[in-house]
Amino acid sequence: MAVLDIIVYPDVRLKQVAEEVKNFDDKLQSFIQDLDDTMVAGPGGVGIAATQVGVMQRIVIVDVSNYPRLKNAKHHGHLILINPEILDWQGMKKGREGCMSVPDFTGNVIRAENIVLNALDENGIKQEYEMEGFEARAVQHEIDHLDGLLFLDRLVSRRNDLFKRKK
Amino acid sequence: MTKDNPKWYMVTLVGKDQTSIVSHVTAALYDAGGNLGETSMMRLGGNFTIMMMVEFSGSIKNLHDALSSVTDSMDLHLHIDKIDAKLHEHIIPDVRISVYGADRAGIVSKVTSVLAEAGLNILDLESDVAGDEDKPLYIMHIEGEASEGIKPLESVIQIIRDEEGIDIELIEIDTMIG
Repeated sequence: MAVLDIIVYPDVRLKQVAEEVKNFDDKLQSFIQDLDDTMVAGPGGVGIAATQVGVMQRIVIVDVSNYPRLKNAKHHGHLILINPEILDWQGMKKGREGCMSVPDFTGNVIRAENIVLNALDENGIKQEYEMEGFEARAVQHEIDHLDGLLFLDRLVSRRNDLFKRKK
Repeated sequence: MTKDNPKWYMVTLVGKDQTSIVSHVTAALYDAGGNLGETSMMRLGGNFTIMMMVEFSGSIKNLHDALSSVTDSMDLHLHIDKIDAKLHEHIIPDVRISVYGADRAGIVSKVTSVLAEAGLNILDLESDVAGDEDKPLYIMHIEGEASEGIKPLESVIQIIRDEEGIDIELIEIDTMIG
């Protein structure tokens, strides 16, 4: 196992678009393991994109199961998303985000509450997922990294706005 | 400016709102070798208020002198304190409380005193008076840290809502760090 260095803004690689993964070889499996170790070692521990360790490939790991306040929300546990593609978005909701690549700052970002996505798993097999809430937020944040976008690009006001009341 | 002996000051400026306050004040600081940290600048009623962290190698007197031509010409009140910067230590808020109701004296005092007893550490508070002179509304947003958890805050909020007849809502903030 290996914890990789997280690159931080203003590293220009965070603004670049990552490339599709084509080879599902041993090298990829080893990298996924290192990326996972890096995610778990980080302050959030719920998501990471390959871009954040300077590897410009479309690979994301999300695992919201360890987030302490997730309560009973539905989620998929540990997810390896390769060449992910969001097919459908529904319901916009504001929530607070931070990023390992932008330390010591959090801000409000509007994301889709429900998404449907396609992605390949670590063996290159196509999977489809429907997800919601915190997990959907994490996935949208990480896929943004693959497209060279940071949550700083999507901030909305911290003043004068009400969060929607929880049901 | 040399960084041999960097010092941080909290600079407070208040005056009648007018255009170019920020640009004139910050230009004077920059010309004097100052460097800004975190700041809060906003219009409150017809006044403009600035609180800013300034890194500056000289004394409080030197900083006063650097700003005097701007504060004189724009009629701004200036106050300076030496501070510990403590940058890069943001506390992530885990609760947001929104309050609104017919404006009357004592809302902030009542709400914040019971919230403090229930363990709220306020990180950010901003409030506005809306409506008109006949029917003013008070609107307040607080973000903070629930040092004793959410439960005690929820209990006192229910009591305030019942006793004071104001709209008050608590929402937990989940922060996704990815």
